[in-house]
Amino acid sequence: MLTVMKNFHINHRHSDEIEVLEISGELDAHTASKLEDSLKTLIDKNRHNIIVNCSDLEYIASAGLGVFMAYIEDVRGLGGDIKLTNMNERVYNVFDLLGFPTLYDIFDEEEEAVKQFQNSDQ
Amino acid sequence: MINRTRQIVTINNTYKLVVNASTRRLAEVRQFVADKAMHFGFDENQISDIRLAVDEACTNIIKHAYKYDESQNVEIRLKLEKNKLCVSLTDTGNAFDPNKYSKPDIREQMKSKKRGGVGVYLIRKLMDDVEYLKMDDHNMIRMYKNLN
Repeated sequence: MLTVMKNFHINHRHSDEIEVLEISGELDAHTASKLEDSLKTLIDKNRHNIIVNCSDLEYIASAGLGVFMAYIEDVRGLGGDIKLTNMNERVYNVFDLLGFPTLYDIFDEEEEAVKQFQNSDQ
Repeated sequence: MINRTRQIVTINNTYKLVVNASTRRLAEVRQFVADKAMHFGFDENQISDIRLAVDEACTNIIKHAYKYDESQNVEIRLKLEKNKLCVSLTDTGNAFDPNKYSKPDIREQMKSKKRGGVGVYLIRKLMDDVEYLKMDDHNMIRMYKNLN
């Protein structure tokens, strides 16, 4: 069978107050550093309201979850948050196995996360 | 860049893949495992479990057993025995001591900005049985998944 190498990509969008990282492909121990670099860049620029839209994320391993674990305290300490949205069922299951849903804001749709940020700013 | 792959199909329905210890090879390892699990008749959810468990085991070997020494090898074998998939990963690096492992506390790890230690826990959740074997010159993690 043909071996298909799926890569990992990040598309960055932003509005006045909110940064959105659309992540796609496979997030593993090899590709996690890309996500880490993107998050670091946002935090360094004092952009702390971050939404990670996972609609095209096909796979996540613990190295990917580790990136969220490593930065969430920093971001929350600065008054922001990392909110996760649009996960497919299989990706959600991995977060769920580790108990992430009680520790992170995870939404079905990006708009819900946007609203949450807007409400908390008021 | 080191880029070696040896994929051997042996009799007794055992499939073997040898890759060098680089995270660059993880996608290929996952694809190999998923293809073979499908061939053995596992359903999509079970294939996802097996694929993630093998990825985590392979990542741990690369990181902890070999400390990212890409000149080393990881051998992956899959075999169906009595309606059970047996996947083993073999390395010749530092052995993992399962007795030193404790269940990760994600809330605590978030606070201390620690990551890692999660792979072993995931493997146990995803597979039906896991054992760690230490031989004279190599280590092996053997994982089982029942074919329903």
